Amino acid sequence: MDIYLPIANLSVNAFVIILLGGLVGILSGMFGVGGGFLTTPLLIFYGIPPTVAAASASTQVTGSSISGVAAHMRRKGVDFRMGAILVAGGLVGTIIGTGLFQILQSWGQIDTVINVLYVLMLSSIGGLMFKESLQSVRALRAGKPLPARKRRHHPLVANLPFRWRFYRSGLYISPIAPFVLGLLTGILTMLLGVGGGFIMVPAMLYLLGMGAQVVVGTSLFQILFVTIASTMMHSMTTRAVDIVLASLLLVGSVTGAQLGAKFAQRMRPEYLRLALATMVLLVAIRMALGLGFQPDEIYTVQPL
Amino acid sequence: MNRPHSLSARLFALFTIAMLTVAATPVLVPEVSQDRISIRGDFNGAQLLLFGAITYPPGTRNTDQADIVVVLKGPVKSIVVREKQQIAGIWINAASSEFRSAPGFYAVASSKPIDEIVDGKTADIYELGLHHLQLSPVGAIDNRELDRFVDGLVDLNSRGNLFKNLPNSVKITNSVLYQARINLPASVPVGDYTAETFLIIDGRVNAAEVKDITIEKIGMGRFITNLSQNNGFLYGLIAVFISVFLGWSAGYLFRKM
Repeated sequence: MDIYLPIANLSVNAFVIILLGGLVGILSGMFGVGGGFLTTPLLIFYGIPPTVAAASASTQVTGSSISGVAAHMRRKGVDFRMGAILVAGGLVGTIIGTGLFQILQSWGQIDTVINVLYVLMLSSIGGLMFKESLQSVRALRAGKPLPARKRRHHPLVANLPFRWRFYRSGLYISPIAPFVLGLLTGILTMLLGVGGGFIMVPAMLYLLGMGAQVVVGTSLFQILFVTIASTMMHSMTTRAVDIVLASLLLVGSVTGAQLGAKFAQRMRPEYLRLALATMVLLVAIRMALGLGFQPDEIYTVQPL
Repeated sequence: MNRPHSLSARLFALFTIAMLTVAATPVLVPEVSQDRISIRGDFNGAQLLLFGAITYPPGTRNTDQADIVVVLKGPVKSIVVREKQQIAGIWINAASSEFRSAPGFYAVASSKPIDEIVDGKTADIYELGLHHLQLSPVGAIDNRELDRFVDGLVDLNSRGNLFKNLPNSVKITNSVLYQARINLPASVPVGDYTAETFLIIDGRVNAAEVKDITIEKIGMGRFITNLSQNNGFLYGLIAVFISVFLGWSAGYLFRKM
């Protein structure tokens, strides 16, 4: 069934978009990530203009993260104090991101920056995750558990002034660190349409040293608000949020997310992480190749 | 659009006019199948039929030397065309050129290839053919570079079905009636269009007529576009509401199951 997207100004097959949303939803439910890092590139491969893809993907991430936030809140897995600071940083980040977006767009470099950022981000995070999960899978196979990592924040974080207590995270650190982390992911959300969960989760664990029981819930809490802010900023500046596209994606992804969450309960987390890392790396390699190969279109047109 | 009866009735009326009209030079009586194309939620392109009659002054013979060129031109905009070059291994936009008047859609249909009908100068004057568009480039850049960008733009839009060169696609019947079909892709830009018809005899434009066509979104699509343009804040709130509602209700339903 063909459906006309009023903002993207083109017609797409509704089932393909719903399926695409569903696929991303299953993965996001399985791995506890928003899935924006897959939606945006897949939409671009399908022929949706990159700006519309990024803007609409961030709207979709709001929907796929909300039930996760609710679930984590029920079992007290959200540190609201930490979350509030991350959100505050994220809001500032979306404002900075909006400015960057407009500057890059007028230079004609927004698409390249989106692609390069994706490659850098996905390959570094994917690489780290791959290495870490491979070690744990090996340890699991050998039957010897890895020595428990000492939970400790990064020395840089420890040196920052004005320490606050974050009870649920079990931390006594300066709020500047999570604020900066939130700000950086806010910029990424605005530029790439990603929630930033797969950057935030490792950063919370290894840089801030947060307790593992609140990491995913707090990260989802921040993603929820920052993607809402990003949708609002895009609606008011780039006007690239396609409600029809976002709704189609959502129908697929919210259903897929629930299914994915059920699958995830039957799998070992070590294998899940390894699978996620492999997927992230594959997307990164595909995008890196895309930068190096001669593109199909040498010329692009942008209205003034 | 598919109303063969009304179409043949209109053609017959045109034919009658053609027989009765008294004029000193040949006159064109053009018609379009639709002067308003609506883009709905299920829009997947459309076909436009441009047809009409050539009327000759009494006493002159109908000539089978007459050629017809139909130009359908979409909303003209200022654009920037960017060119990617490989720099340090990756392909990035490196050069650009601005044009003040690039049509969003341009199709030229003719009874013979354009270069067999008119010379280059006439084609330039009347903008007949993809390489005779008056794009009003901005700034002083040399012709070779300009041609490269124009070629790039024409090639890109041709493959996107937004620029079309349709030689031999105007059918002329009995040297009097003509018709051409032009397909519009789903990605056709909305706005005001003109359908110009040229009657060309011996390389000279004898008559030209213009019909206006409007392509617009209607219904939900129109509402969504207008809202996003006029009230981004409300539009954003609605998008967030839909997203939160769908996400929350899926979570609720699955917990019940």
